[in-house]
Amino acid sequence: MTALDTVRPRGGFRLPRPGPALRRLGPLGTGAAVLLAAVLATTLLAPVVAPYDPNRPDLFNALAGASPAHLLGGDALGRDVLSRLMWGARTTLSGPLLIIFLSTTIGTTLAITAAWAGGKVDAVVSRLLDVLFAVPGIVFALVAVAVLGPGVPGVVLGLTIAYTPYVARVVRSAALRERQLPYIAAAWVQGRSAVGICVRHLLPNLRPLIVAQSVSALGFAVIDLAAISFLGLGVQPPTADWGLMVKSGLDSATRGQPLEALGAGLLIALVVAAVNILGDRIGREEGELR
Amino acid sequence: MSDTVIEATGLRKEFGTAVAVDDVSLTLERGQSLAVVGESGSGKTTLARMLVGLETPTGGTLRVCGRPRPPGRVSSRERRRRAREMQIVFQDPYSSLDKLQRIGGVIEASLDLHFSLTPGERRKRALELLEAVGLAERHATMLPRQLSGGQRQRVAIARAIAVEPQVLVLDEAVAALDVSIQAQILNLLADIRERSGISYVFISHDLAVVHQISEVALVMSGGRVVERGPTGALLSDPQEEYTKSLRAAVPRPGWKPSRRAVSGSAANGSAASGTAAS
Repeated sequence: MTALDTVRPRGGFRLPRPGPALRRLGPLGTGAAVLLAAVLATTLLAPVVAPYDPNRPDLFNALAGASPAHLLGGDALGRDVLSRLMWGARTTLSGPLLIIFLSTTIGTTLAITAAWAGGKVDAVVSRLLDVLFAVPGIVFALVAVAVLGPGVPGVVLGLTIAYTPYVARVVRSAALRERQLPYIAAAWVQGRSAVGICVRHLLPNLRPLIVAQSVSALGFAVIDLAAISFLGLGVQPPTADWGLMVKSGLDSATRGQPLEALGAGLLIALVVAAVNILGDRIGREEGELR
Repeated sequence: MSDTVIEATGLRKEFGTAVAVDDVSLTLERGQSLAVVGESGSGKTTLARMLVGLETPTGGTLRVCGRPRPPGRVSSRERRRRAREMQIVFQDPYSSLDKLQRIGGVIEASLDLHFSLTPGERRKRALELLEAVGLAERHATMLPRQLSGGQRQRVAIARAIAVEPQVLVLDEAVAALDVSIQAQILNLLADIRERSGISYVFISHDLAVVHQISEVALVMSGGRVVERGPTGALLSDPQEEYTKSLRAAVPRPGWKPSRRAVSGSAANGSAASGTAAS
């Protein structure tokens, strides 16, 4: 018997090897991804999987505790809490997703334009960003709500303006670094247009950073929108929304039905944590690529 | 059509109060290879960047292929036309390629920009170009990080000659490579010139390399041209103190480093010319 034989595993049993994506995410990252996927699936399938109409009051179920028929009981109007949580994910997540999509698009465009053009354009954009930075995001949301009236559109507008400078600042400094590289100069000498260079070279090379940045911003956007809904200025009743449910659930909790506030609060916390973990993993990945 | 491809008169570049290039004039004939020699900070890279339009001259005039290139905004169309007159290869083979772009894609992108070819023709031409610089078909699907420095520099050269320019500016294009790879790339450049009749502006600090690749040279110091002439004569019998000291600074058997060698050690520089002229 040689030394090699002793090292060789006996049986044919092998743990399944995780795919490259999962391996890079790690156990915590995988958990976060699974949680988000589950939330997302539930959200999309809410009409199918939700046991009740989220907006149908049922006075016999008002402030009821958990029961086989209503797993998380009912709210003050007797609406099924579980169904409302499932439906609520739609408003709770679609608003922030829209905010991040808009602020990332606008911020990246501003940043790359400023970094590419340099000089006066860069100076104007940078000062504009400084001014936006000086105002807290919630103020923009409140002003927008004051102008457009309470509701999701105003809050989305306000938070988009508030989030844009964060994207723009990070992307601008990375774009400034990237555009110094000789491959950009080579593309220029080749006769490629500025827009062509930005789209074909700058944007793909900045993409990991932009993705990491927007994923971590998504966590903040969920909290901000939920907070504004909690204040009564965002999502309006009777629409199901986690932020709103924390608020109405607080009332119910004092009357002996804590499941509504607990469920909504816990979901917000879990989703935000999962998004942040993913953002961190993606950001780390981006750091390793450099 | 005149056979002068580059005609630069009194080129000057200031960065703030610093003068990087001061009153540099040069002409380059078709098929000629001109070396620009100088130490770091002598303004030779700035000169190269002005030639290809990456820097705007503060003063002076530049004519390429008989057409003036006045400073100011240039249309995309005009820039593409200029691209077919002059291309550049940079020093650093690592950052002069987009790390996300496959090698075949690099070449095809420049073909796509300049010639109307069908996808099939474009691909075929890209492979021909890769072959012309000593790379194989299998390299076409690779990413830059899968190639060595010398191979990447070959890709950069293929990208430049893909647009069929009249002039190729080589900004320290072999300085980052080790000596045996340097020799390969220099041979490749000599081949390309023989076949296509392209002209080179060869920016370098390395006198031995300059001697191999160019027949005329100019020596820059502090942004000015201090000496010019046929490369052989310039290296074997330098007239200016600066050129002498530059040559004396080349390591050779029995060489002792000295601070900016003047007179004494520069006079017995025959050993250096011996190696350079080999």
